[in-house]
Amino acid sequence: MTQTPSLHLPADWRDFFALTKPRVMSLVIFTGLCGLIAAPGHIHPVLGFTAIFCIALGAGGAAALNQWWEADLDAGMKRTAQRPIPTGRMSLTSARDFGVGLSAASVLVMGLAVNVLAALILAISIVYYVVVYTIWLKPRTPQNIVIGGGAGAFPPMIGWIAVTGDITLMPVLLFLIIFFWTPPHFWALALFVQSDYAKVGIPMLPVVAGEAATRRQILAYSVILLPLSLTPWWIGGVGQIYGYAAAGLSLLFLLLALPVSLRRSAGDEDRMKPEKRLFAYSVLYLFALFAALVADRLLSGQGAIS
Amino acid sequence: MTGQFEPDDEYRRRQRSRNIVVGLILTGFAVLFFAITIAKMGQH
Repeated sequence: MTQTPSLHLPADWRDFFALTKPRVMSLVIFTGLCGLIAAPGHIHPVLGFTAIFCIALGAGGAAALNQWWEADLDAGMKRTAQRPIPTGRMSLTSARDFGVGLSAASVLVMGLAVNVLAALILAISIVYYVVVYTIWLKPRTPQNIVIGGGAGAFPPMIGWIAVTGDITLMPVLLFLIIFFWTPPHFWALALFVQSDYAKVGIPMLPVVAGEAATRRQILAYSVILLPLSLTPWWIGGVGQIYGYAAAGLSLLFLLLALPVSLRRSAGDEDRMKPEKRLFAYSVLYLFALFAALVADRLLSGQGAIS
Repeated sequence: MTGQFEPDDEYRRRQRSRNIVVGLILTGFAVLFFAITIAKMGQH
């Protein structure tokens, strides 16, 4: 790597902030907060805030370490070439130390202020994202999105465990819902956005297995999502408000995934409308499903802050 | 040329803004730890 002149300057604090991927963090905070509010039991508001703060801090640390490891890949892709490290605004060691510092602080504070199990799961989620996903499996398997979805699925589980202090079926179900939601969400996007992952050697499913296989797998995950999203209701973990909302939302998800899986793109002229519709809806779906979970808890008077 | 490192204005400006941000973060942590302590004492 050639030394750019800007590396002699200490990195701007805004670049450290950008390294935490603030937009991803907002989704992490939302789902973590939903898990926390929906969990049975009570948590002191200050400790609840601390738990969410630690989840966000851990996600920021993991994002920094992800960009530390992938700096050379980021430099080769249009979407990521402007990030702090590839542009030379920040050194690799600064990013690494910042990431390790944030991650360690998040786990430590969670353990001291909230509970040990929440800290342990937070630590596992960071190691999972950085080591299992970023370093190990992302460059090796076209199922990398499925693996990465696992990392995104931790926050509501950690929020829940922050309140209860133990792992029951409900937080595991919340984990599984996001886990099965991520592949159709991301692959719908991958079908209509020309990415340059192939250029840097990351095996994304549409490139490696082809469009037809990707469309089939979108359908498979969407089919699983329907009964899975209803399971919290069937086991009596939540009430009717969530149950009806989940049934409606997941059925619509499946109805929108059907045309995506049954058609083939007609070349450059194709405007990929069903794919764009599914992607846009998938974002709304997750927000609405978790909002329904919280609404169900609050209205039935069982939530942590009720 | 003495070989001594001479920080320029931009270097100083960055250092200053970083110091302010680090100061704010440390203050924030101090307040958070105080609040956590009070909350924990209230539970026992």
